[in-house]
Amino acid sequence: MPGMVSMTQPIQQSFNPYTENGGTILAIAGADFTVIAGDTRQSEGYSIQTRYAPKVFRLTDKAVLAVNGFAADGNMFVKKVRQRLEWYRHAHAKDMPIRAIARLIQTMLYARRFFPYYVYNILGGIEEDGTGAVYSFDPVGSYEREACRAAGAAQSLVQPFLDNQIYFKNQTPAAGTAFPKHLPLSTVLPLVIDSFTSATERHIEVGDGLEIYVVLARNSTALAGLQSLRGVQEVTGTNDGERVFVIRRDLKKD
Amino acid sequence: MDHFPTNWGRPRHEGFDAYGTFPIHQRPTNGPKDAFKEGIERTQQPIVTGTSVLAIKYKDGIMMAADNLASYGSLARFKDISRLHAVGNNTIIGAGGDMSDFQYIQTILDDITTEEFTAQDGHSLGPAEIHEYLSQVMYARRTKMNPLWNALLVGGVKDGKKFLAYVDLLGTTYSASTLATGFGGHLAIPLLREAVEGREDTLTEEEALRIIENSMRVLFYRDARSLNKYQVAIVTEAGVKISESLKVETSWSFAEGIRGYGAQTQ
Amino acid sequence: MATAPVHQPSGFSFENKLRNDFLVEKGIPLPKATSTGTTIVGCLFKDGIILGADTRATEGPIVADKNCEKIHYITESIRCCGAGTAADTEFTTALISSNMELHGLETGRKPRVVTAMTMLKQYLYRYQGHVGAALVLGGVDATGPQLFTIHPHGSTDKLPYVTMGSGSLAAMAVFESGWKANMEREDALNLVKAAIAAGIFNDLGSGSNIDACIITANHTEMLRNVEMPNQRVQKERDYKFRRGTTAWKKEEVRKLVVDEQVTLLGGGDEMDVS
Repeated sequence: MPGMVSMTQPIQQSFNPYTENGGTILAIAGADFTVIAGDTRQSEGYSIQTRYAPKVFRLTDKAVLAVNGFAADGNMFVKKVRQRLEWYRHAHAKDMPIRAIARLIQTMLYARRFFPYYVYNILGGIEEDGTGAVYSFDPVGSYEREACRAAGAAQSLVQPFLDNQIYFKNQTPAAGTAFPKHLPLSTVLPLVIDSFTSATERHIEVGDGLEIYVVLARNSTALAGLQSLRGVQEVTGTNDGERVFVIRRDLKKD
Repeated sequence: MDHFPTNWGRPRHEGFDAYGTFPIHQRPTNGPKDAFKEGIERTQQPIVTGTSVLAIKYKDGIMMAADNLASYGSLARFKDISRLHAVGNNTIIGAGGDMSDFQYIQTILDDITTEEFTAQDGHSLGPAEIHEYLSQVMYARRTKMNPLWNALLVGGVKDGKKFLAYVDLLGTTYSASTLATGFGGHLAIPLLREAVEGREDTLTEEEALRIIENSMRVLFYRDARSLNKYQVAIVTEAGVKISESLKVETSWSFAEGIRGYGAQTQ
Repeated sequence: MATAPVHQPSGFSFENKLRNDFLVEKGIPLPKATSTGTTIVGCLFKDGIILGADTRATEGPIVADKNCEKIHYITESIRCCGAGTAADTEFTTALISSNMELHGLETGRKPRVVTAMTMLKQYLYRYQGHVGAALVLGGVDATGPQLFTIHPHGSTDKLPYVTMGSGSLAAMAVFESGWKANMEREDALNLVKAAIAAGIFNDLGSGSNIDACIITANHTEMLRNVEMPNQRVQKERDYKFRRGTTAWKKEEVRKLVVDEQVTLLGGGDEMDVS
C-alpha cells in the first residue's frame, strides 16, 4: 500500500534494494531419489535478461538447492551456503547431511530477518537413512520437510497440479485399493516436465530452458531407467554412493 | 543494528512495509535531526548519466560499444566522454548510469590491477575475476543501501575462453552471448539476438562491427539520451583495443512526404 | 407541476475517478482488466498497408488467451490493431466501425481512414485516457494508403512505419533497420513478420502467433496465424481420470425422459396454427 504514505507525509522516493527475476522451481521426493528442477529464464519486468541462468545448484552429492526470487540475493545465498558447507567439510571430513543443511539454511535466512534475502529456497536430496527429502523455506527461514513443493512465479499454477498428481488430492481411489505413497522416477520425471511446459504456456516469466537434477540414493532402483534418458549428464562428485544427474530440456522462448 | 534506543520497539510503518521486510536504516526515526544529514546524503539518484552499452561475442572474442554522451538530466551535457574502460590486457568494461560512480569504479579497478601486478606471482586478473569482483562490490554497496548507480558489462578473452557478463546497481548478474544495458536492452537486444545467437563462433570482425553499428544507429534514432558518436572496443587473444570515436550514419529521407500528424495534407 | 431543475454541468463527470483513486489509496484496487501486453505494427509498402500483431493476451503475468485476434475490422479496406485494455480496444473499434458504416451510407461514399482516425481520437480524447486503447489504424482510401497510431489520450501520429504495445521497441528496432520506401509486397510482409517476431521472442507481454493483414486499393487479405512459431509440445503423460475419481456426498438418480399422457378436454384448446 505505498499510496498511503503520501497521505501522511511526503517520503523521498528512495532506492529499492530488491527486484523480482521471475522463473519457477520445484522439487519432488521419491522413496530413494529426489528430483529438483527449475527453468533457466531470468527476467526483469517485460524483458528477458538471459535465456540461461541456472537456479538449481548441486551442493553435495546428497543435496541440491534451488533458489528463486531476487537473483542477486539467490546467487549470494548459494555462495554463502557453499562456503559454510566447505568449512564443515574441513572440520568434519565429510559432507553435511541434508537435514543439517536445512537447519543451517534456516538460521542463515533468519539471521537476515530485518533485511531478508528475497529468495524462496527448495532443498532436495537424500537423507542419511537413504530416503528422498524435500525441504522448502520462506524468505525468512520458516521451513518444513515435504514430499513435493513448487515455488516462484508459477507456484500458483504448479502446486495445485502437484497436489493432485503427487498427493492425489481430490481423487478417490478405486474400491479396495489405495494410492501409492511414493511414485517411481518414471512417473515423476514426466510430471516435472509437464509442469514446466504447462507453466511456460500460461506464465509469461517461465520458459527458455529446463534443468532437472536427479539425486539417487545408494543402490537406487531408478538408476537403470535414468541412464537411458535422452541428454542425461552425471555430475556426481564423490564415491559416497549417492549419484547426481542433470537432464536439460528446451522450453518455449516466447 | 539500530543504535538509537528510541527506535527500539517502535511499530513498523505499515504504509510502506506491510511485511516487515525493509531494512532497519530505512525506518523513520524520531531522534534528533542531524542538520548536515542532507550534505552527506548518499547517492540516491544518478546525476550525470550515460545510456546504453552493447556487447556481443564473435569469432575472435568480444565486441563492446557505447556512445560518447554523458547527460545531465535531459541536457546533453558532455559529448566526449568515454564509457568504455580497459582493465589489464584481457578485459573491457562498459558503463551506463551515473558517470561519477563509474569513474570511481575505474579507480578501484586500476588499484587492484596495480596490486595484482606488484605481486608478480605469474597471475593476472581475467574478465571472469574482474566481473566477480565487481559483482561483490556492487552487491555489497546495494546491501549498505548506498549503491553505485551503474549497469556494467564486463567482457574479455583469457586462455582461449570468451567471457561476457552483466552486473548492475542491485548486484544482479547474468551472462549471455549478447548483452545490453539501459534502453539497449529494449531496442538493441532483439536485433543482436537475431544476428548473433548461434553464430558466436563464426561471425567475423567485419560482420560483428556491422551488427554493432546498425544497433547504435537504431539507438540514436530512438533513444532520446543517445548520441551519434560512439566508440567500439574489441577484445581478442591479442589484447584490448578501444577505437577512436566513430560517427553514426543516418538517413532522414523517410520524413520527406509526411505532412502533419492527422488530417493535414499540406 | 414544475420540478426544480437539478444542476447538470455539461460534459463528462469524473467524480468516480476521484472515488476510485481514493479506494486504490485505501488499498482496494480496481478489478484487473485483461490487457493485451502486445506487439502491434503497421507499415507502408508499394501497393498499400500491412498491419501485424501477435496473439497473446495477458492478465498481469498470466497468459489469458494464447491466440486472440488483435487486428479489428473497421471497414472493408480499413483495419485497426489494438493494444492496451482488451475490452476498450474491442469496444472502441466496434463502435467506430459501426459509425463508419453509417457514415458511408449517409454520404454514399467509401469512408476514409482519416475519418476513422478523427472519430477515434475525438472519442479517446473525451475520455482523457481512461479508455485505455492504443491503436494502429491503417487502410487504403480515395487518397491512397494511410497509416496512423492513436494513443489512449487521443494524440495521433502519421508515419510510414509504426509500432505500439509493450513490444513496440523490439518491433521498431526491426523497422528502423529494415524499412525502405516502396517495398514489394513480399518484402514488406517479411519485415512485418520479423518485427512481430522480435516482440514475441524478446517481450514477455507478447507471444504465440503472428497475424497480418494486407490492405491494397481493391483487396484486403487477412492472414490469420500467418506464422505459428510457438506450437505447444506434446505432454509427457495423459491426464485422464478413472471413472469414479470424484468423490460425492449423495446420489440421486432422476429420470429425465418423462412419459406423458395428454388428454384433450373438448375443443378450442388446440393451438391455432392457421
